[in-house]
Amino acid sequence: MQFEYKVEGGDFTQAGHASSQIKKSLKQLGVDSSVIKRVVVALYEAEVNIVAHAYRGVIYADIESTGIKLTLEDEGPGIPDVEQAMRKGFSTASHAVREMGFGAGMGLPNISENADNLSIETVVGKGTTLRIEIKF
Amino acid sequence: MKSRQTTYNRALEIVEDICIGCSHCMKVCPTEALRVSAGKAGIHADWCIDCGECYRVCPTRAIRVMDDDFKQIFNYKYRVLLVPSVFFAQFKDSIPRETIYNIIGELGFTEVCAVEQSVDTLVGEINEYLKTCEKPAISSFCPAVIRLIQVRFPSLVDNIMKLLPPIEITAQYYKRRFEQSGVDEGEYGIFYLTPCIAKIAAVKSPVGGYTSPITGVINMDFFFNKVYLAYKQRVPITTSIIINGELSSIGVLFPSTGGESSNINGRTLAIDGMKNVIDFLELLENEEIPDVDFLEIRACDESCAGGILSHRNRFLTAESLRKYSTKVPEAHNLIDEYKRTCSAVVHMDKIEPRSMVKYDKDIELAIKKMESARRLKTILPGIDCGACGAPSCEALAEDIVRDQANVNSCIFLRTIFEKRGEISLEDTIKIMEDIWGKERFDKSEE
Repeated sequence: MQFEYKVEGGDFTQAGHASSQIKKSLKQLGVDSSVIKRVVVALYEAEVNIVAHAYRGVIYADIESTGIKLTLEDEGPGIPDVEQAMRKGFSTASHAVREMGFGAGMGLPNISENADNLSIETVVGKGTTLRIEIKF
Repeated sequence: MKSRQTTYNRALEIVEDICIGCSHCMKVCPTEALRVSAGKAGIHADWCIDCGECYRVCPTRAIRVMDDDFKQIFNYKYRVLLVPSVFFAQFKDSIPRETIYNIIGELGFTEVCAVEQSVDTLVGEINEYLKTCEKPAISSFCPAVIRLIQVRFPSLVDNIMKLLPPIEITAQYYKRRFEQSGVDEGEYGIFYLTPCIAKIAAVKSPVGGYTSPITGVINMDFFFNKVYLAYKQRVPITTSIIINGELSSIGVLFPSTGGESSNINGRTLAIDGMKNVIDFLELLENEEIPDVDFLEIRACDESCAGGILSHRNRFLTAESLRKYSTKVPEAHNLIDEYKRTCSAVVHMDKIEPRSMVKYDKDIELAIKKMESARRLKTILPGIDCGACGAPSCEALAEDIVRDQANVNSCIFLRTIFEKRGEISLEDTIKIMEDIWGKERFDKSEE
């Protein structure tokens, strides 16, 4: 089952919409609550990353009986050093973004901790695609 | 169809003869557990959390509280009534508490005790508990919130504090007192005067494998009428009653919003009102609210002052509580004894989530059904009018894929089918009659 959500860069008031919707669907499907929690945390972080860093993006969620595959494609600056971004506490978020309580680092490591599989494709100056897989 | 249906924990019943199928209850149910069919409200008991929102809005009182029969109190020689602060706040401040106590005695109780007497010890125990528990701890005070979490926010069940609420501790205290003075178990009854539907459910079927020392529950709305009538009629007082009214200001304010969180260490928040509670729990579940230590969460707006069985305006009730709290000291003289003899810490089993099976237990089938429901939702009008007998277009779509409703139930789609000549006028009338009852469409000319 496919879901698709558009995300606008800088629109923090809408950040979390996709994760809330996916959460609702997973609950209705009777997926174990600890798994749902991991999905929601990973997706929310990834969603906020697009809002905080990219210009715009699309989230695709594919729910199957064995698990969920999330693909987050954004048009944005890309990640110059993925290894560094995976380190806890590292953040390139602007001051304004941090003021709002977002961008304290932790984004990518937190996603990785909650995902069964995570892959990052990024092109500096073009954008980033995140693929997150979580098994039920 | 049965003439009565009960809610999940049997705190409420719908009496079909009185129900007019107005759908008010259906619109307010926080778990969308109600539908209208054949002109009557019907309940999905599995989805019900016994919160009482439906009871609050029922215009014909077809939804009734399944309280215990008042006469049962006379099966006991010693009849204790545990009275919450909000009960006194139902009366004008000019009516002295003494008068109310005496009337309660005249109505048959031998002893009256303040529910929130145990709050002072509880506060200490919560602060102790917070030192080691998973954060944020969600207060176990409001049973409607506990049940809402079990059904709609299962991932948060482990955050619910495993400590007893004040009413249970106070009941424990008086039970122990009877035991210590050698009174036989069959000779005393401990009754709880409740402003809350969910508390009735909590006493009848507590969560966490705990057995309550409370013998029975008395509906506060019903009992207020009895007391106020006796007051108005100036019923002569011929009996005496033992009064255990000791309360601290903390205790008096505990059932009002912020009355709990303001006594707890660390970063605390107080949330009240069903809609606010749901919004907040959504955020909490998404882990969007970090670094909170304690959450006071109450289903009713203005907490127990706005309790389902509290008839007085919630703001006036809350004001009365505040006023009374200034008249009592910060501590009362039973605190030490409570500390010595009672505890909110009990061995409790894990509170289990109660999942709402929306589509199917088999995930493969559930996904298929959910996809059908999503497709249906795109053709439904999205105005949530309720004319189909379901609370929202989404709920109707779900009902259709579960074979519990028909696509023709939608008045918009039916109009389209009629326009296309695919459905006859007779059939559309029949569908409306099936949902809303025949009588509604049979207005004989007067």
